[in-house]
This record gives sequence, C-alpha cells and structure tokens, in this order.
Amino acid sequence: MTSSMLLSVTTFIYGLAAVCYIAGWIFRRPLAARLGIWSVWVAVVGNGVGFTLRWMESYQMGIGHAPLSNLYESLVFFAWTIGISHLVIEYRYHNRVIGAFTLPLAFLAMAYASLSPHISDRIQPLIPALKSNWLIAHVITCFIGYAAFAVGFGLSIMYLLNKLAAAADGESTEQRPADLLVLQLFLVGLGLILFRFILGWSFGVGLGAALLLAGLVDLGGWLLGRHQRVRTELFSRFPEPSLMDLLTHQTVMFGFVFLSAGIITGSIWANSAWGRYWGWDPKETWSLITWFVYATLLHARLMRGWQGRRIAYLSILGFVAVLFTYFGVNLLPGLHSYGAMTEQLR
Amino acid sequence: MAGGDALAILNRLVSFFASVRLTVVVLLSLAVTSIIGTVIPQNEAPEGYVQAFGPRGYRFLEALDLVDMYHAWWFQLLLLLLVVNIVVCSVERLRASWTIIFTRSPRYRLERFRKSAVQTEFKVDAAPEVLRQTVRTVLGKGFKRRATLAGEDGIEGDCAERWRWSRLGVYIVHLSVVMLVAGGMIGGLFGFEGYVNIPEGEATDTISLRDGSGTRQLPFAIRCNDFSLSVYPNGAPKEYRSSISLLRDGQVIEEKEIIVNDPLRFEGINIFQSSYGKLPPPLPAEGAGPPERLAVHVLSNHSGRSYHEEGAIGDQLDLPEGLGTLRLDAYRPDSQFMGQPLGPAVEATLVHPGQAPIKLTLPLRFAAFDRMRRGQVVVAVTSAIPMPERFYTGLQVTRDPGVGTVYVAFAVMIIGCLVTFFMSHQQVCATVRPRGRQGSTVVVYGITNRNKMAMQRQVDLLARRIAAAAGGPDGA
Ligand code: HEM
Repeated sequence: MTSSMLLSVTTFIYGLAAVCYIAGWIFRRPLAARLGIWSVWVAVVGNGVGFTLRWMESYQMGIGHAPLSNLYESLVFFAWTIGISHLVIEYRYHNRVIGAFTLPLAFLAMAYASLSPHISDRIQPLIPALKSNWLIAHVITCFIGYAAFAVGFGLSIMYLLNKLAAAADGESTEQRPADLLVLQLFLVGLGLILFRFILGWSFGVGLGAALLLAGLVDLGGWLLGRHQRVRTELFSRFPEPSLMDLLTHQTVMFGFVFLSAGIITGSIWANSAWGRYWGWDPKETWSLITWFVYATLLHARLMRGWQGRRIAYLSILGFVAVLFTYFGVNLLPGLHSYGAMTEQLR
Repeated sequence: MAGGDALAILNRLVSFFASVRLTVVVLLSLAVTSIIGTVIPQNEAPEGYVQAFGPRGYRFLEALDLVDMYHAWWFQLLLLLLVVNIVVCSVERLRASWTIIFTRSPRYRLERFRKSAVQTEFKVDAAPEVLRQTVRTVLGKGFKRRATLAGEDGIEGDCAERWRWSRLGVYIVHLSVVMLVAGGMIGGLFGFEGYVNIPEGEATDTISLRDGSGTRQLPFAIRCNDFSLSVYPNGAPKEYRSSISLLRDGQVIEEKEIIVNDPLRFEGINIFQSSYGKLPPPLPAEGAGPPERLAVHVLSNHSGRSYHEEGAIGDQLDLPEGLGTLRLDAYRPDSQFMGQPLGPAVEATLVHPGQAPIKLTLPLRFAAFDRMRRGQVVVAVTSAIPMPERFYTGLQVTRDPGVGTVYVAFAVMIIGCLVTFFMSHQQVCATVRPRGRQGSTVVVYGITNRNKMAMQRQVDLLARRIAAAAGGPDGA
C-alpha cells in the first residue's frame, strides 16, 4: 500500500472519529464515544505510518527527505499533531466532548490534503533552498504550535457556545447578543475562505454556502433556545467554564512556546539560505502578527475584566491569523511575493 | 512645590508606561498595522506602484511611508513604545518582587497554607511521630525543606519549596524581546545588505546595496571561479554551486564552494548563493572583422513557420515560401538606430518579388529587432559558430554585527518561556495530627504563584508518596 492511499483512508477515519464524537455528545451514546476514541487511535497510528512510509518511499525514489516539504505533507503532519494533542487532552482531562470540536479540524486538514484538486500528493525532490535541517525543525515546531492553537480554538468555540446557552437559561447576567453576531460573521468568513479559496468554488456559490452554514447554526441555536431540556443535556457534559478557560490558556501557552521556536528556527534557516534572519516578507510578517495576537492574549488575562469571553475571542482571532499565515498568504496580491533575486532559488 | 509637581508627572508617566493596558494596545496595533505591509507590496520600483494604484495613490502611499512601512518612523515608534513599556514595567515589577525572589530568610506561615485552595487530606494507620519523619523524607526529595511550622492550634507542619527563582522567567522573556530589538538595531546601524552578479572567471570588490542607496566597496575582491547548476530528472533545480575565491592584493585569502544554505563567512562578511543567470554572448573583439559564418533566421508571418540558413557577407540567399531574396551586404561593428548604439550588426537588402528592395539593419544581439518593421518576414542574424554558455553567479553579500545578539535573544526567549510556562514557585506543607489511638490524619497543602492545576497534581503526588511510605492509606 502506498503512503498516499493509506493517508486517504486515514482521512475517512478522522472523519468517522469526528462524527462519533459529535454523535456521542449530542445523543449521549457511550458506544459512539467509545467508537470515537478507538477511531482516533486508528487514525493517529495510520497517520503516523503513512508519514513514515512516505519518508521511506522518498528514499526509494532516490530523493530522500523528511516529508515536510510541501503543502500536502505539512497538512498531513498538521492533522497528526492535532490528533495527538487530542489524545493527550482526552487522557489528561477525561472529557468526551472536546473531541467533537477539535477532531473536525484534523479531518478538514486531511481532507483538504487528500481531496483538493489543487494539492499534489506526489513526492517531489527538494529544491536547493529547502535542503536544511533548520527547515525540518521549523516545520515541526510550527505545526506543533498550530495544533495547540487549533485545540485552543475548539475550546474557545465551546466556551462561547456555553456562554450563549447560559444566557438563554438566564443564568448569566451578561446579555450578549453580540456574541451571536460575532459567531455568525466568523462562520460566514471562514466558510467563504473554505469554499471560495480552498475548494475553489465560485464567489457566489461560496458565499451562498457560507450563509447557509451560518443559517443552519442559527437554526440550531434557535431550536436550542426553545428547548430547555435538550439544551441542558447538550451542555451539561461540557467541562466547567473555568476549566475551558484554563485549558484555553494552557494550550495557548504551549502553542506560544512552539510558535516562538518555529519563528526562531525559521529565521535561522532564512539566515543560512539568504543571509538575513528577517526580511518582512508576507509569510514572515503574518507569523509575527499571529505571535502578537497570542502575546496580547497572554497579557490581556492580566487586566481586569479580560477573562473568559474576551480571551475566547482573542484565541479565535489568533487561530484565524494562524490559518491566514498558513493558507492565506498565497492569496495576497503582490508584484511578486518574494524578492526578485531570491525568487529563482525558492 | 515645583519639585512635587515634577515628581507627580514622573509618577504618572511611569505608571502609564508600566501598564499592561498599554501593552495590549501596542501589541494589537503592531499586529494590525503589520497587515498593511503584507497587502501592499514593499520596496518596489515607483513605476509598479503607479501602475497598480495610480499616481495619486502612489503619492499617498509615499507620504505615509507605506511603500517601506516596516522602516517608517511611525512603525519604529510603535516598536520603541513596546520596548519602553517592557523596560519600565519589568523594572517596576522586578523592584517589587526582588525581595521575594532573593530573600535570605523567607517567612512561612501555616495559616497561609491552610487558606490555600490546593490541599489534600488522608488518613494513615501510623503514629504522628513516625509520620513526621516520613513526611520530611518525602518532601526532601525534589523540594528544599525549609521550616517546621506551628499553627495557632498547636498542630505542626513541615514545609518545603522549590523553583523560587522561576518567578524570574517573565523577566527573562521580556529581556529577550529587548535584546531582539537591540540586535536588529545594531544590524541596521552597522551592517549592510547587498548583492552582486559576477561572471564566471571575473572578480569584483564592489556590491550594490539592497536599499538602493548606492554601492559599497568590500575589503577584498570576490572572484567567481565557476558556477554550476544541476537539475533533477523532472527539471526542478537540484543544486546551485559557485566556487568562490576571496582576493586581497591579488592573493587568494579564502576559497569555498558555496551552495544555498551553506554560505561563506569571512571576517564578518557573509556571501550567499542567491541567484544566477546566463551572460549574453560576448561581443566580437574591438576592430575584429565579421564572423566568418552567419546564421540567418527567417520567420514567415504568413505561415508562422521559421527557417534557418547559413551564409557569409556578400551572399544572396533565397527566402522560403517564394518570398524573394535576402542579400547580406556589409558588417558594421557599431551600428546605430535613431542615435542608440546597437552594437555589431549586419546590413542586408530584402527583396520581395515585385516590390521595391528594403534596407535592413540586423543587430547580432537583438534577435527581435526586425519585428518592429512589421513586414512579411522577421529576419534575424547571429553568429553561426556556437558560443560556449557562460553564467554569472548572483551573490547576496551581508554584514550584520547584530546577529549574535539576536541569536542569544532567541535562546533566552525560549528558556524564559519554558521557565515561565512550565515551572512555578511551589511551596508545600504537610501537617500531621493524631487520630484515635494509633492513627494520624495528614494534610498536604500547596501554594503557588501560577498554574494551580499543576500544583494540585503535585500535592496529590506527595500525598500518595507519604501514604505509600507510611504503609498505605487507611483502609486501602
Ligand atoms: C512582545 C512583547 C512581549 C512578550 C513576548 C511578552 C511575553 C510575556 C510572557 C510569555 C508572559 C507570561 C504570560 C503568562 O503568565 O501567561 C508575560 C507576562 C507579563 N508581561 Fe509580557 N511580554 C511582552 C511585552 C510586555 C510588555 C510591553 C509589558 C509591559 C507592561 C509586559 C508585562 C507583563 C506582565 C506584567 C506580565 C505578568 C507577570 C506576572 O505574571 O507576574 N509584557 N509576558
């Protein structure tokens, strides 16, 4: 079996795991949750074996290198780190709901890698600029950081949903209809990016699908608002809000160390390849923007009133910056995106 | 009076610059403004901007320094604000926590431990006197034992702590940010970034500066002995390699084959493989006669096909497709066209059947020149003797005395983050009180400056260890 076949199969196992977790959460079936955890294990192992196989295949082709050199390979690695982070949190905090919000991200990463027509899964030889051990350190540290931020993002979404539910129950004195609006805008934006730019649908269709997605979530929210019992059941198994807040903070701290290390190893690599450790090119700048956002989050916690909701927003904003650093930079206009001189060698 | 006012103003300033609110504002401003420079391409030629944004748009961008925004005064000011903020804030806080971190005789109070939310209680079948010894042994592993504390109710506890110094972690991180900015400034003030293209076999000691401010002379000359490029079977580039010699007073002082990711570093100057290109064929030597054989390329606009023939000066060639004849009249070493030098060229006469003859000037170096005429054919002439391909290597030449500082800052930042995020100042205390005739009740307390969850896990671990050392918890 070739690595890309194995990885395509893994995609569906991640999907199965996500579905199981969501079903386990919504329908409260322990069986679904148990199936979920088993499929995560299978997917993570499959992902790892696929990664290793791909590495070996590149050596058989005589162009051996760690499979961390293009978009396909980085997405596969990204999904793997998310899967592993999920397992760590699952066993450390024994919560069966968090997976419903993090595993879909692993599935999306793999699905994008395996299914998008724009991404080639061919093993390609390394161009000169990529032949550096710093590059390997760079990719690994960055993606561990991104995975931590992805988990933090899932937790922040959970936190906000929980807040909304509490507001509907009248438990929370804070009345924040704005939360719903922000969530909507966010969903439309994310959906648009996903459909238009990643899947390459036309703008109209993409916007329509994004609006539909937001509408569905709205409908769900409306239904939930009317059914107290369902609401209680759905949210009773969420971790305590304070725990979600704490976990968000911890994942962000963890991610921050690795993002810092990722930017640092990237700079060292740039210095050995192009003679400058920092050149303000769009990718570098966006990683710095991401870093600023998470540094803001770490400090905002020290200010009065910046707990919970606002931290969740910052964590979501940070993850949007991560996604933009990762995918969006290629969409930026530019007379050219890298200096004319260095362009040839990239 | 005036002194008091000045002091009041100073205090206001200090508390303004020490505030975390300012940090959040500055960090978010940096994040938002940085986006601009990724949307508007930076440091391009003015024509590019004029084309993309129009002349007024370009003037607007220029006025706000948006075409080189990361070096604009306002962006640098934001960075400066961040640094002042970090320094003032850290100094203020460090002054307050200095005595906590470096105290000779730290104070511990049992009541403070008892108020902590982090605690664990369990019962053991062992006498208190025995247990106190066990507690001391267990706490002695990994923790520094500090004192025996007595509560107001007469119950005694042993307390220990570790990682007091980890409170410094935050300051280490902040120091690293300041060092980063300092290193960047050193590089900007005392370094340079330039490039140079050197043909194979030639040497130069002058480079062009990247910021467009002119050229710079190096303390040595760089000679490119050889450039080679290899490709993979699929055509993708595999390696760019330049053999470089550094010369001073005609002597070779250093030699190296450089490839991408393996530069030559010499006396603080770094030479990187950056690009390459093909040289135009060399000009015929001054005063040399015409090339013996000329290759004539004819493109028929009617059919779109191109044809190649050979000839010499004086020959008359028949054109394909019945298009007539071409006579190669003369060779001019420096021809001109509307006052512009064209270099060596061949003058020819083109005769289409039934039309008046047309005089052509065909420069050897500009194959597309005749296209301008918009005739029935496009004619080009080159030397028929193939020239060996010659390359030039494109080198990036930099000097950055700030790199050392920046790299140290990198290491300091990672260490500081690890200390800050994964260590904390942990103080633990275990009290033992008698229970019944033979048993005891043990309570382990923990106090920490951050990460209560980790503290709770540690306290639970200590409790398990004490219980295990004492022969298992009661009833287990
Ligand atoms: C890019 C710049 C900065 C970075 C990377 C940075 C980094 C950090 C980190 C990693 C922490 C620990 C956060 C946590 O406990 O979760 C921290 C804490 C802190 N930072 Fe910064 N910081 C920066 C700028 C500043 C500035 C400008 C100030 C000025 C007020 C500041 C004030 C503080 C304070 C007061 C703390 C909390 C210290 C404590 O918990 O005792 N930071 N910083």
